[in-house]
Amino acid sequence: MQEMMQKRAVELLENGTVDRVLGWSVGDFPYDMTPAVFRSAAEVKDRFVYNDFCAANLSKYLVKECRAGGKILVFLKPCDTYSFNQLMAEHRIKREMIHVIGIECFGKADVDKLKDMGIEGITGISMKDGSYTVSTVYGDTTVKAADAMAERCLSCKSKKHMVYDELIGAEGEVVEDCNRFDMVEKLEAMTPDERYEFWRGELSRCIRCNACRNVCPACTCEKCIFDNPNSGVSQKAAVNSFEENMFHIIRAFHVAGRCTDCGECSRVCPQSIPLHLLNRKFIKDVNTFYGEYQAGEDPAAKPPLGKYEKNDIEPGEAGGANA
Amino acid sequence: MKKLSFEKLNEFFAAVAAQKTLYLPVDNKVGKAEYKKWESGTEMSRALNTVRSAKDFFFPQTENLMEFKMSGKAVEVLDTREACEDFVIFGVRACDAASFNILDSVYLVDPVDSYYKNRREHGTVVTMACSRPAETCFCGTFGIDAADPAGDVTVWEIEGAYMLRANTEKGEALLASVDALLEDGCEKAVADAQAKTREIMKKLPLADFTTEGVGVGKTKELFDRPEWATLSESCLGCGTCTFVCPTCQCYDVRDFDTGNGIKRFRCWDSCMYSDFTQMAHGNSRNSQLERFRQRFMHKLVYYPDRNNGTFGCVGCGRCLARCPISMNIVKVVKALGGKN
Repeated sequence: MQEMMQKRAVELLENGTVDRVLGWSVGDFPYDMTPAVFRSAAEVKDRFVYNDFCAANLSKYLVKECRAGGKILVFLKPCDTYSFNQLMAEHRIKREMIHVIGIECFGKADVDKLKDMGIEGITGISMKDGSYTVSTVYGDTTVKAADAMAERCLSCKSKKHMVYDELIGAEGEVVEDCNRFDMVEKLEAMTPDERYEFWRGELSRCIRCNACRNVCPACTCEKCIFDNPNSGVSQKAAVNSFEENMFHIIRAFHVAGRCTDCGECSRVCPQSIPLHLLNRKFIKDVNTFYGEYQAGEDPAAKPPLGKYEKNDIEPGEAGGANA
Repeated sequence: MKKLSFEKLNEFFAAVAAQKTLYLPVDNKVGKAEYKKWESGTEMSRALNTVRSAKDFFFPQTENLMEFKMSGKAVEVLDTREACEDFVIFGVRACDAASFNILDSVYLVDPVDSYYKNRREHGTVVTMACSRPAETCFCGTFGIDAADPAGDVTVWEIEGAYMLRANTEKGEALLASVDALLEDGCEKAVADAQAKTREIMKKLPLADFTTEGVGVGKTKELFDRPEWATLSESCLGCGTCTFVCPTCQCYDVRDFDTGNGIKRFRCWDSCMYSDFTQMAHGNSRNSQLERFRQRFMHKLVYYPDRNNGTFGCVGCGRCLARCPISMNIVKVVKALGGKN
């Protein structure tokens, strides 16, 4: 994949189709790639990398890139294309400025899963026949790729790109029977007290680093209310821990109906808080009350929470469009 | 040198906890280590290090400084400090132990921060030498020996037992108070364990990482380097690196309006945040590039400038492991001209 992507990026840079390339830059370890902008063929040849650990969703960077002008090549995995469409729908990015290359994806790896297995001192990772051979200063270990797969990829909703100008690799399908609401259902089955305890426990680890918000492609406000000293709710650290919890709940409300379930919030959380579950609860509720809706599937679609219909569900009323 | 057999570890913890509050790394619900108060049955984490650093004990994320109560035109100022109890932190690694020196150099110089000083005086630090360092470790770059950490007491895990060495009066007192559980230790066993760890350190990917190219007197040379633009380009502007960092020491002071008074608290601040150093006139660092540069210049140039060349980083590797976009101090130093 990497060679094909590099080759195509170099071609498009050299023939003037694009001015720069949004991709991933090589790291110090086999898993620490940084999203980066490449401005020349030499840079692409030198530092561009693509492997199972290139997990970052590059869509949101396009907001900034579109303001810088020129034409941008971006590589998007299937789930990233939903974010792209959602950003299009919200007029945050300009389609004509972006050349999208969709790249096939069979799920990304999470190095934390390897580390949680006690694998330390990693010096190299190679992939063969569905397994990773991880070299470390303490010896080599072989791990099945499935066991190192990122949590969000285990319940992948789509291997199909919602938008692209060209594809590298094979196009996949929407995964109809993905199990992404399993945990939400478990939470729904809890008593209010149990659920309260669950979330209080998870959110108690929050250090208010804002990584979830800053990485979120649905969070593109010019100035977040939590950063505005005049808002009355701007706090770097909460006065009490309940306020921290409210930050996450308010954020989930704010992105409700717009969250594509890309899973970046949980991926970046340094405290491993399953933030995506809050968003999935809203997605599930929107599906239940307004009919099946996938944000980012169609940039022209009217968002269920952004339109009014006479038979819309009333507060407290069970059912909705599917009732 | 003293010795504590593995079987007596819980007895040791119980004996310490009977005198002082004892904290140690414990695996949390998601299998990551965090410092927790020891209670009977608490099991120590086997993880190399905690996600959050040990600085939390001396420089907590948020603390109340004082309160103001208003009644009519009268304003009453209340001292809200709670009496600090003696506590012991067990299992601090060499990197975090070294970070306390950096925090001390900021908070214990004139004007002394009494909140910080109070906690430092009440805390006893028991460090644990590393035996399985990770690829993200580079404490050696800053002259820190993972096999010989500082602290009031240093502990080495060797076959079947722990070796304990008191380094300070506080440490002597702690070991004396649990003397009944201890036997005489073995210097040789410790030396062997240290040699082993040092060998591993030499094989780590960052073993040759140097601070060449950064440091004292480099402000002019580094400030306008074009690399800052590319290095900071994909920075999300979140505070992860600063909040997991054991040496990041910036804070903000905020007032919380309670309706009939004010709670004045301080909380960690992050130079990555858009309102960092916000003043009446506005902000002196308006772009992420400037904010990003501040973080690294502070650790790599400004701090060494004022502290005899000591860097404001201890090589714990937390930012390497936790940055959402995998940008970190090692990449910055390498890009600015350090040895690759």
